[in-house]
Amino acid sequence: MAYSNKVIDHYENPRNVGAMDKDDSHVGTGMVGAPACGDVMRLQIKVNEEGVIEDAKFKTYGCGSAIASSSLLTEWVKGKSLDEAASIKNTEIAEELELPPVKIHCSVLAEDAIKAAINDYKEKQNGADVAKRA
Amino acid sequence: MDLTQNHFELFGFPVTFDIDTQQLTERYRDLQRTLHPDRFANVGDRERRLSIQRTAQVNEAFQTLKSPLQRARYLLQLKGVSFDDERDTHLKPAFLMEQIELRETLAAIPQQDDALTALNDFVNDIRSRKQTMEARLQALLVKDDPDSLGEAKQTIQEMQFLARLQQEADETEEILVGDL
Repeated sequence: MAYSNKVIDHYENPRNVGAMDKDDSHVGTGMVGAPACGDVMRLQIKVNEEGVIEDAKFKTYGCGSAIASSSLLTEWVKGKSLDEAASIKNTEIAEELELPPVKIHCSVLAEDAIKAAINDYKEKQNGADVAKRA
Repeated sequence: MDLTQNHFELFGFPVTFDIDTQQLTERYRDLQRTLHPDRFANVGDRERRLSIQRTAQVNEAFQTLKSPLQRARYLLQLKGVSFDDERDTHLKPAFLMEQIELRETLAAIPQQDDALTALNDFVNDIRSRKQTMEARLQALLVKDDPDSLGEAKQTIQEMQFLARLQQEADETEEILVGDL
């Protein structure tokens, strides 16, 4: 199967590969997996006091399209608010990377990963608020 | 000939996970013999077409029942449990974390001094995990209540990740052996 140049670029030079401290209260971690192909993806965001995503890191074990989808997404979410980041649709990722229909699920994985990371961050913040009030 | 039989019925098995795989292979050979193209050399188009359909059905049924993972998946589908592997991305976080760690371990093996031994240990570890999961799956399918079937589905999905890990380990081995 032919990959688009954009996929190849992200695959060969993935942006923002790495890990953050998942116990840091400013870090949200999203982990998802695709049972169809066994791909696993970890996407992490660091959120500042204004609720803006300052940094994002990912680690994906999977095919080129899955790596490219998560790499592109980490670039997109930096500087965005949580709501803006949560509104990114997998179709936008698929369109940007020109993914063929059989690889659309890779972009779904990336969308679910950022949503999971945002949820994790919000849960942590709520937990901290409850602790402060107690 | 009945093209609406499910895979278990086709091979004369009850619709359960525990089947005798040796019997499965024997019955597969018997069915293949009755469907050999030579037997249909002098028949009309319609019957030849039916025999081709039947052969495809027998082959698919055999491949599905032979693999414990595929058999379990098929059984759950017969019981009304649906799978959407492309959308079900939310597995247990602890499981996914472990999968990422296992992938990291595997990726680091080729750089080790005794890489083949390390890989061998790794493959044995995967094998024992697979056996544990198969045993769990079997117990859940025997229970056959809605909760157990839901858990069985989850176990099947987890086994699919393990199968991928196994495949990656095999590829790593090919590269290591090729470098010797």
